[in-house]
Amino acid sequence: MTIYIPTPLRAYAGGKDEVEVGAATISEALHSLTQTYPDLRKHLFTGEGKVRAFVNLYLNDEDVRYLPEKENSQVSGKDTLSIIPSIAGGAPSSLLALQ
Amino acid sequence: MSTLFLTKAVRNAIRSHGEETYPHECCGALLGQPSPKGWRVADFVRAGNTRTDSAHNRYQIAPIELVRIQRTARERGLEIAGFYHSHPDHPAQWSATDFAEAHWLGCSYVITSVTKGKAAVTNSFLLAGSTEEDKRFEQETVQVEDRDGDFEEEVALQESNSTRNKR
Repeated sequence: MTIYIPTPLRAYAGGKDEVEVGAATISEALHSLTQTYPDLRKHLFTGEGKVRAFVNLYLNDEDVRYLPEKENSQVSGKDTLSIIPSIAGGAPSSLLALQ
Repeated sequence: MSTLFLTKAVRNAIRSHGEETYPHECCGALLGQPSPKGWRVADFVRAGNTRTDSAHNRYQIAPIELVRIQRTARERGLEIAGFYHSHPDHPAQWSATDFAEAHWLGCSYVITSVTKGKAAVTNSFLLAGSTEEDKRFEQETVQVEDRDGDFEEEVALQESNSTRNKR
């Protein structure tokens, strides 16, 4: 399968924006990816080995969190896995109007 | 200090987006290519703000939209260079929420203050650092490229000083 690497993580994946891995499940794919590029591990996983909360994983167009088998979902060679850090924010809550 | 290169068209468009969504925050992605000085933005993509519960002071881009934006960028030979959003009636400075929710290391975060419906200051902040633990925002120079390829420089402005320096 093909794993798409987001801009901020390419420096830790040999500068690549996509990586081909052979895997039967999403977990295996991520394991293979981080075996090849160990520096990615701390950016993707917590110290306990969980995917960091702000890291979104999409199998094709499906959020892995909502797949019945989650990261144990089966994958094929034609599947794609997108790694997408979340993007959010906003102005301060206090109402300090501009002068 | 790094530099964010914007075309006038993109700069004007993202500011207009903030005026359109006022008093709510707008948001979107910047597509471009890296250069030694900083990102050169070639285009932008508007995104929907999923924080409809508090759109006046929060924004969030749906991850599936980011997946599609990343796909589009790749097909065009571009990268996600950063993101933009507006601060309605608040300064164009990053907030604690902006910082806590910033995870695209090496990318530019552009903020436009929109005062009473009119776009005011546009600033850019590079999310520097190599990990979540040492990340930090560094203000960037925003350099605007006009149609003829010349550059006029907008020195990154502090909200308290809206004077623009051109050269």
